[in-house]
Parts: sequence; C-alpha cells; structure tokens
Amino acid sequence: MCSCYYSSVWLHVNTGECNLASKHVPLQYLITLHWFETLFLCVFQRMPAPIRLRELIRTIRTARTQAEEREMIQKECAAIRSSFREEDNTYRCRNVAKLLYMHMLGYPAHFGQLECLKLIASQKFTDKRIGYLGAMLLLDERQDVHLLMTNCIKNDLNHSTQYVQGLALCTLGCMGSSEMCRDLAGEVEKLLKTSNSYLRKKAALCAVHVIRKVPELMEMFLPATKNLLSEKNHGVLHTSVVLLTEMCERSPDMLLHFRKLVPQLVRILKNLIMSGYSPEHDVSGISDPFLQVRILRLLRILGRSDDDSSEAMNDILAQVATNTETSKNVGNAILYETVLTIMDIKSESGLRVLAINILGRFLLNNDKNIRYVALTSLLKTVQTDHNAVQRHRSTIVDCLKDLDVSIKRRAMELSFALVNGNNIRGMMKELLYFLDSCDPEFKADCASGVFLAAEKYAPSKRWHIDTIMRVLTTAGSYVRDDSVPNLIQLITNSVEMHAYTVQRLYKALLDDISQQPLVQVSSWCIGEYGDLLVSGQCEEEEPIQVTEDEVLDVLEGLLVSNLSTPVTRGYSLTAIMKLSTRFSSVNRIKKVVSIYSSSIDVELQQRAVEYNALFKKYDHMRPALLERMPIMEKTASNGPTEIMQTNGETEPSVPDTKHLPLVTQPANQANDLLDLLGGNDVVPVIQTTLPTKPASAGGELLDLLGDLSLSGGLAPAPSVPVSQPPFLLDGLSSQPLFNDTSAAIPPMTAYSKNGLKIEFTFERANPNPNIAVITIHATNTTEADMTEFVFQAAVPKTFQLQLLSPSSNIVPALNQGSVTQVIRVLNPQKQQLRMRVKLTYTHKGSPVQDLAEVNNFPPQSWQ
Amino acid sequence: MQFMLLFSRQGKLRLQKWYVPLSDKERKKISRDLVQTILARKPKMCSFLEWRDLKIVYKRYASLYFCCAVEDQDNELITLEIIHRYVELLDKYFGSVCELDIIFNFEKAYFILDEFLLGGEAQETSKKNVLKAIEQADLLQECTFPV
Repeated sequence: MCSCYYSSVWLHVNTGECNLASKHVPLQYLITLHWFETLFLCVFQRMPAPIRLRELIRTIRTARTQAEEREMIQKECAAIRSSFREEDNTYRCRNVAKLLYMHMLGYPAHFGQLECLKLIASQKFTDKRIGYLGAMLLLDERQDVHLLMTNCIKNDLNHSTQYVQGLALCTLGCMGSSEMCRDLAGEVEKLLKTSNSYLRKKAALCAVHVIRKVPELMEMFLPATKNLLSEKNHGVLHTSVVLLTEMCERSPDMLLHFRKLVPQLVRILKNLIMSGYSPEHDVSGISDPFLQVRILRLLRILGRSDDDSSEAMNDILAQVATNTETSKNVGNAILYETVLTIMDIKSESGLRVLAINILGRFLLNNDKNIRYVALTSLLKTVQTDHNAVQRHRSTIVDCLKDLDVSIKRRAMELSFALVNGNNIRGMMKELLYFLDSCDPEFKADCASGVFLAAEKYAPSKRWHIDTIMRVLTTAGSYVRDDSVPNLIQLITNSVEMHAYTVQRLYKALLDDISQQPLVQVSSWCIGEYGDLLVSGQCEEEEPIQVTEDEVLDVLEGLLVSNLSTPVTRGYSLTAIMKLSTRFSSVNRIKKVVSIYSSSIDVELQQRAVEYNALFKKYDHMRPALLERMPIMEKTASNGPTEIMQTNGETEPSVPDTKHLPLVTQPANQANDLLDLLGGNDVVPVIQTTLPTKPASAGGELLDLLGDLSLSGGLAPAPSVPVSQPPFLLDGLSSQPLFNDTSAAIPPMTAYSKNGLKIEFTFERANPNPNIAVITIHATNTTEADMTEFVFQAAVPKTFQLQLLSPSSNIVPALNQGSVTQVIRVLNPQKQQLRMRVKLTYTHKGSPVQDLAEVNNFPPQSWQ
Repeated sequence: MQFMLLFSRQGKLRLQKWYVPLSDKERKKISRDLVQTILARKPKMCSFLEWRDLKIVYKRYASLYFCCAVEDQDNELITLEIIHRYVELLDKYFGSVCELDIIFNFEKAYFILDEFLLGGEAQETSKKNVLKAIEQADLLQECTFPV
C-alpha cells in the first residue's frame, strides 16, 4: 500500500513537474514537492513498532501525579486504538497485554474485547495465551460478545497441542456462561475420559463449572467418573474428588450412587498417611495435604446420616486425628477438616469426644487463626455436644480477652451458650468483666445476653437485681430499648426485693444520670416504691437516710437536665405524680405538675395537664389510680413496648425513640492543650501504617518469602525496612499491642534537677485504653521550700492533654511532702508518648524557670 | 474460591482473578472496599474475617497482600496453604520473587495461577508439575519476548 501511494505521489509530482515545467514553475516549488514526497516515505515505510509492555510499565510508574499517569495512559490508548484500527497482526498481542495492564490500574479497556477474540483465533500460541487471559479479564458473561468465543474454544479443545487445550479448558472453567457450557459440555466430557492426566484433571474442574452453571447436565458426566479414583496421578485424584463432591452435594441420587466409593476413598487416604516421604507432594512432612482435606470433605458428605458409611470411615478418621503432626498450619488444616467430618457423620461417641478435645487443644494454640477456627467449630457443635464443650469452658472464657475482634465475638457467643445453672455465678463474673472492657460494638449484644442468662439461671432474686444493676451502670447507654420494660416487669415481680432495688437504683441515680435506660428504670422504681425508700426499710443492705424532698429534687433534676431524653422526662414526671399518694409533700408535687402543663414538649404537656386534672377534678380517684402495681403477666410478644396492667391506669407507653448514645469518653471533656511552645515545635505526624514511598520502587529485591527456602514452613517475611523516623512503632517487636489493664506500668523519673525531682506514675483509664492517666509527684531535696510551683506540659499534635488541679503549689523542702497533679493524655494513634514540661517556682526568693523534654516513657504507657 | 486479589500496602491492585461472574463496576467496588478493610486491620489480627456474606482469607508476604474469598464450606486453614503454594510457585519461577517481579510480569503471574487453580480449585498439587507445565508452555512461545 505504501509503495503504491508513494508511486502515485511520485507520479503526481512527475506529472506536476511536467505540467508545471511546461508552465515555467519556479525551482522552490519543485523542491517543496520533493520534501513532501520524502516525508510520505518516512511515515509509511518506516513506522516504529509499538512500545513494549515492560517499557510502558516502566514509563507509567515514573508518573508523579495521577494526572500525569492519566495523560500517559490516554496517549498510549490512542496509539493502541489506531493500531487496532490498522488490523496490525504482528503487535496485537503486545497491545492487548498493555491494555490489560492499564485495565488493572483501573482504566477502561472495553475497546480491546474484540481484539482478545482475534488473538484467541490466531494460530500463534503467544497470541492465544494473551487472548484467553484478556477474555478472562475483560469479558463477562453478561455481554453477548463472549459467545463469539465458543467456536474458538471448541476448536482449541480439540487442538493437537495439550497446552492449547489447557488454555481453552481453563477459560471455559473460569468464565464460561451457561450457553457456552451447554454447547461445549460434550467436548469436556470427552476430555474427562482421556488418558492424558494433564488434560483429565483440567476437564474434571471444567466439568464442575459446567455442572454449577447447568445442573441438568450433571448426568452426562456420570459415566466418565467410573474409574476416576483409580488414577495414580494426584492432580487427577484431587480434581476428581472435587467433581464427585460437587455431584454428591447437588443430587441425593448421585450421593447414593457414590456411597460405594467410601472404601476406595478410605484406602487412598490411608496410603497418603502411611506412605513414606514423597518429595513431589510433601508439605512439611505431610503427604499431599490438599488431597487429604478434599477426601475428608467428601467422606463427610458420604457419611452424613448413613450408619454403614460412617462406620467404614471410623478407623481412618481416628488414625488421622491422632497421627497428624500439629506443629504447622498444614497439619492443623487436616485436623480441622477431620474434626468437621467427625462431628457431621454418625460417629461413635469416643470419636466425637476426641474431636472436641482436638478443638480444645486448638483453643490453646498460639496461632490465632487456629483459635478462630476452633471457636467457630465449637459454636456449631455446642448444641449437640454440650457436655463435651463444657469441659473447655475456662479456655473459651479466656478467649474473651483476646485481641482479635472476631475471636472475641465468637468467645462471647460461645460463653453465653455454655451458661447453665451450675456455672452461672462464675460465668457471669467473667461476662460482666468483659462487658466493662469490651468495644462498643459488643456491648449491646453482651448486655442482652447477660439479661437473658440472668433471667434463665439466676440463683437468687438478689443476685438477679445486682446483675441487672451492674449492667445498667456499666453499659447503660448500650442496653437495648426493649430491656427497660422487661426489667421493670422483673423488678415488679420480685416483691421482696423492692426496697433493696429502689435503694440501689436511687444511689445509682445520684452518681450518674446520663445513661437513659438506667434513669428510666430508676425513675419508675422511685415512683413505685419511693415510700419504701424514705422509710428506710431495706433489709439486704444498710438503709440510707433520705428525705422526701431529696427524692423529689433528684426526680425534678431529671426533668430539667439536658442529658434526659423526652422519654426519660415522661418517666420522671409520672414518677413524681405517683409519689403524691406515697409522700406527704403533695403541694410540691402539685406545683411541679402544674409547671409542666405549659411545657413545649407535647408529651410532657399532655401528661401534666392530665395529672393536674387528677388533682383538681378527680382527686377522689387519685389514690386508686396511682396504686402499687400488681405482679404482671409476661406478654407474649418479644420486647413489649407497652406494659399491660389490670388497674385501668395506662402506663406511659415507651415510644420507640432511640436513646441518645451518650459517649462517656473523657476525650469529650475540655481539652486543655497547653501548647507552650508554638506550632513549629510540635512534632509532625507520620502514619504508622503505610510508608509514603514503597521501598520496592527503589529496585531493592525484597525477599517475599523470607527464610522459606530453608525451613519450608509458613514463615512470613520480615517487614520491609523502610526509612522512617525511629520513634514509630516497630512492627517486628514481639510486644503485645495492648494487654490487660491490670498490667502495672512502671513509674519513671521525668525530671531531676537542682533538687527538684518529678516522678510520673501511670494507670490506664478504663474503659478507654487510649487514655493514659499520669500522676506527677514533685519532691524537693533542698533546704528551702519551692513556692508558687507551676507545672505545665505540652505534647505533639496527635495527642490531647488535660491537666487537673495540683494538690498545692508549694513543694516542701527536704522531701517533707510532695505536690501531686493528674495529667490525662489521649493517644488515639498509639504514638510514642513525648512531652515537654515547663516548671516555674520561687526558690530562696528568686524565680526559677526550666524547660525539659521527657522522652523516657515506658512503652506500656502509650502502646 | 470466588476470587483472589493481590494488592500492595498502598492499596494498588497487582492481580485480580475472578471466578464468579460480576460486572467491571461491581468488581471495582468490591476490590476497593475489601482492600480498605484489610489494610485497616492490625498486624496481630486473625487471617480470617467475615466480610459482607463472604469468608475472607488473607496473608501478607512482604509488601503484598494475598487475599481470597472462599465459600462457607471451604477450609480456611487449607486456603492459607493454597496461598502459600502459589507464592512458592512464583518464587521458584522468578527466583526470589518480589513485588516488582509481579508488577512487570503480571501476565506470567496469571499464567502460573491458571496452571495451579482452575475455576477456583486446585488442579495440581505437585509443585514440580505446575512448574514443568509452565516451562513447556513458555517454550511454545514463538519468540522470546512476545510482549
């Protein structure tokens, strides 16, 4: 084409020249034409090859901004597009590969879809390889385009080269749509019967995919499965077991049919275990763990609800369970599968106990992954093998203290499942402790669980009330809405505990009125049993002395407090009203009620108006209406929002308003950040998670596997040593990130100069582990007092600091006393604690001022 | 297995193999969300998590995260072994593999994966056989540097 064009240009020029020459055209014009002609030559005959894939990758990685990268990509895409338009066969493969790279970066690549099809249709292996890869990445079965592949795949399934057949099988098995599967199932079935193990194993998995897409086709593969298990080749064995598993799971008939394979499977498994070292399939001393696990899984399905099959596999299961090496993950993987199988089939009780004991051992394993699967499995079996699981109760309860959220959750669920009449006291202690210290996401579920367990197994009424109190006071804001009416009902029915209950609730109210469920239950109780409160009738504990006015003060306080929700206010107003028949200060109550009859809150207003009416017009009915509640029948619905009773008075219904989750974190208090030293002295923050530049970009070879080649185990590589400021948490340190709150943090000397010594002692603030509470102790060894002593501190930007008032501002001489002051530091990013302190005092008449850096904080104070 | 993702600590995808039919948009969303979730996890946490309705198994090797989504009935511990086997294969093929190898030779990483897993299940449990197959297939290529 180019030469034609060239010659036509040349012809044109020639003609022009002739024509022009006859018209006496100047020389410059002829030279210009000649220049054009040369240009055409360059463009059409010496076209540069498209840039190589690795070259492109290298170029794109030099982009410094997203915009720069986008520009490079757009430029290359344009070049690729025009190359596609040119139907360039030579470089199509390269261009599609580049397109796939850009697609992985997130850029659109749909214009390459048809090109993939062309590559698949090519005769070159390289083209097919990239083409099929592209098809798997860019095409999805929702589009009709993929159907065009069907014919190519069909041809390639019958190709003379097994690697081409392999490509076709792989693609079909990965993304074949139901139509394609229907069309090609016959070919796959044929290949399933071949003696070429390379193809047979692939055909087996491809058949699995076909069956998943078109279950009706399962039947046609049945004949081919006849002697699949007699293969020696592990690849074929493995994929055959997968195929058989799929068929058995989908069809009860198939399951029945394949049950007869149990002896053969048992034999294969036995050979794997008993056979000597086989280097080809060995993983840490275990022969082909992948195959072992799949066989165990198939045995599970075959043995389920069938006594004979279960009997036939008993021995091998016991053998695997006792002989498998447990030091590495691979052994535990097999044990895990074995346990699942034992628990699912009709195994004898001895075997079941063995299985549960394995899980119990798992719970003690250092590897948290193992603990996780153990807890998951125990959760599944706790209903059926309750007693066996009970034996591991203490280990399970220990897992409540684990760091991993998923492990904690499972341990919590399992713990609740294990609570019974015998262990209720001990278990509840642990669970309440857990409730105190767990993350907010657990609190609601845990609280509900505690209430349920307490209701079922409470050893005494007193214990029950105490437990409820504990939950309300520690996790009160997380308690579910429906708990309030349930608790009220419970309290009402515990007649002999009324005095004790109301006293405890009253005391709790004095401490804290922020947790709405607690406040609501308390108000209700005070309304009901306020008379018992003021008469000091409590038997269970020392009765408190409280007057009617004090009680009314508290209830009125709830009405006006900003912390109270409208629902809570409703409760307190009603409680105040009820006290009019129990207390003598009726006038005060009348006054309060009349004030609220003009409240902006419609609900409150309505109540107040009605109560007012009670006082005025219906005073004769008042005592009857406000009488003590009788024992209530438990309503049938879960979480009743209205409490029914039989006296004709309608109790205020609890509307479904969500309680304001009041955050009790001290971080919300005023942050007295004493930034003494100005912005430029504050240390810049560096993220602990990601380095800003990947060290790998520098071309250093990072050994992905660490010492893998030596030990062959699951040793993860050491972390990348990236240049980061030294004070960031070292990921390689074996120190646990956060441990018990009870672990003591050693005190430290922060400052010692000129006779003034300042010591820091630490404690963790519960419930927020991000807060360190530091108490400073300042002592003075000189003979003169240090007066007007002021301690100030500054911390880097990521921290927040709060200084409480000092005990005094005179540090007595000769260590005769000390000044103490409490500092609270909020450290949400768990950065290394650093502080700058400024001390000012007067000593022997002259003012002294000093600045110091405190860097020697013990790691436990900030980790 | 439903899918396998390889991504760096900055959240850049290095390989994505999907065994379930999902549109490009859906895949992007899942990748993005899952990568964020995993990167937010602390190093001492479990290798397993429940995410949406999937079981996720992940492990970090140097600067790369290998993440698989498996079905309910799948054994998580053996999935860790599958991931490890894949890393071993890459290591044998590239010789002390590192992230850069996978970045610059991503198509080869896919070829190796496709010789090890098919439709989400292991097709060959012998390391030697997988590597031999790749070697033979590489020899079939019409030129040494086709791309």
